[in-house]
Amino acid sequence: MVIGGRTATSPSTGALNAPASAAPTAETLSSFGREVPRHRRRWWVRTLSPLTLACLVILIAAIACGLAAGIVAPADPTANDLRARLQPPAFSEGGSAEHLLGTDQLGRDLLSRVIYGARVSLAIGIFGMLLGALVGTLSGLVAGFARGILDEIIMLLVDAVIALPFLIIALAVIAVFGSSLTILIFVAAFSGWASYTRVARGLVLGAREQQYVLASRALGAGPGRLLFRHIMPNILAPLIVLASFELTSIILLEASLSFLGFGVQPPTPSWGQMVSEGREYLNTAWWIGVFPGVALMLITVSVSLAGDWLRDVLDPALRAR
Amino acid sequence: MVRFVVGRLARGIITLWIVVTCVFVVLRLSGDPAEAMLGPEATPEALEAFRLRYGLDDPLPVQYGRYVGNVLQGDFGSSLQSRRPASELFLARVGATLQLGVTAIALAIAVGIPLGILAALHRNSIVDRLAMALAFIGQSAPSFFVGIMLILLLSLRFNLLPSSGRGSWQQLIMPALTLSTGLLAILARMARSSLLEVISQDYVRTARAKGLSERRVIAAHCLRNAAIPVVTIAGMSIGTLIGGAAITETVFAWPGVGRLTVDAISSRDYPVIQLIVIAVAATVVIANLAVDIAYGLLDPRIRR
Repeated sequence: MVIGGRTATSPSTGALNAPASAAPTAETLSSFGREVPRHRRRWWVRTLSPLTLACLVILIAAIACGLAAGIVAPADPTANDLRARLQPPAFSEGGSAEHLLGTDQLGRDLLSRVIYGARVSLAIGIFGMLLGALVGTLSGLVAGFARGILDEIIMLLVDAVIALPFLIIALAVIAVFGSSLTILIFVAAFSGWASYTRVARGLVLGAREQQYVLASRALGAGPGRLLFRHIMPNILAPLIVLASFELTSIILLEASLSFLGFGVQPPTPSWGQMVSEGREYLNTAWWIGVFPGVALMLITVSVSLAGDWLRDVLDPALRAR
Repeated sequence: MVRFVVGRLARGIITLWIVVTCVFVVLRLSGDPAEAMLGPEATPEALEAFRLRYGLDDPLPVQYGRYVGNVLQGDFGSSLQSRRPASELFLARVGATLQLGVTAIALAIAVGIPLGILAALHRNSIVDRLAMALAFIGQSAPSFFVGIMLILLLSLRFNLLPSSGRGSWQQLIMPALTLSTGLLAILARMARSSLLEVISQDYVRTARAKGLSERRVIAAHCLRNAAIPVVTIAGMSIGTLIGGAAITETVFAWPGVGRLTVDAISSRDYPVIQLIVIAVAATVVIANLAVDIAYGLLDPRIRR
């Protein structure tokens, strides 16, 4: 929510974003028929710094690990081996190559657990983000396009949702409905939809008065065609950027819930839950809590940096800053 | 200005009403309150008596009206665990959380904003890059992990600070630091980008052209204008901070409302959960109201 909040700053966000979305259109129009200057080609390649590249590689690797955890992981993440409990990682004294990152209090291979943990984080993160983006964007489009009482009601709900501390709400929902993967995905989706609504509405408000929309309206295009064929493609970029920031906050939300013990339940490994288990062994076996935390940070930092890059590529108006 | 404040106040009250209603709906959806209160081994007679006593057989609108009335009078029922009034439990803990929260906010403002200003004034220098890299990591780092790393380094390795509990000022340092990281990072980033934006405005060039010293240009013409988005973000982050308190208090065994929340949820202590959700929502609404008023004071154009 933190990062979502940054994008959906204030009531004036809509007004700020509207010219931003209009800028590429005007630019395209004025350069129409002329050859694209060489230096403007393949913007996304030129902006790809080594750091961004590293982030993208980490993300792809994490997704691959999540998808193919069964193949990548050296051991079963839930197999106990009490004789091999609390073994340090391979690079420190007393560690063995058999368990590269060591073992936890039940002798489970930590590397395998970290790899399997990617599955939970990314599944909830990605599906929650997609669901939230879908609901939020649609309600934003409707609010911005229909105006009137519908707009008022939707925005009132949005203001209420954005105002609330989401972690507390998520905890209350889980207290009532219990915790399962499906519930967590819904909770994640619910945490973000309002930001999309706010941004999408602002963009639609700006776009609906643009010449190209007025022109197609004059040609007799219905509301559905106007929205999805003409307006939607022009306002998509900021929404995609917002989605990348939402992904970070959803991953953090899931990790926080798991840390508090209300996320995915053991024995399914998740990073937040592993850090929580590691707390009790900080003095004797620091690796149990540190490695999953590092994995989590690598992912969130990578998603945020990739999101920054995506914004630079997709939103030329913001590039200058 | 009065109309502006009244309008905002009305919005805040509507938000609170939505929250109170949602709590009612969700708690009714979750099943029979009588069974939740008395547990699975309660006899049918006991359940019936309970329903009669609390009017659970009345039509829903009547129940809703009574519920809103009770909430307005500050009556949130008794904790299922300790049988004490939920508000009593809450009030016993709120001081600890306030102490932690206020310290964290003060820390975030005192460090984050100067850091952002410094970075903006030395744009693209090594200071800027370092500050922004730190802010970036601070913003993406899960707070429980920050807390655990602090314990690992400062308590266990170097033995500088106590790792948990409340009482001495040393025990306040690490929880406050942990809770403030997110806000601190956001404030630094916002202060930087907002100041950079203001610096490139025409009126700043005019101020420079008329011969003002750089210090005066920044202090008198830039900072106030750059403050608007920073204040907004600070206000919006109050909610996140309260959520973060649940985690920080768990990590450092800090006896505040956050711990109470986690405990209440573990034991499904509905009256306490209900009180906390409503109290938190009220805090956030009030904070947002304060931000909106600050906003109006900073920028007269918003007042209309």
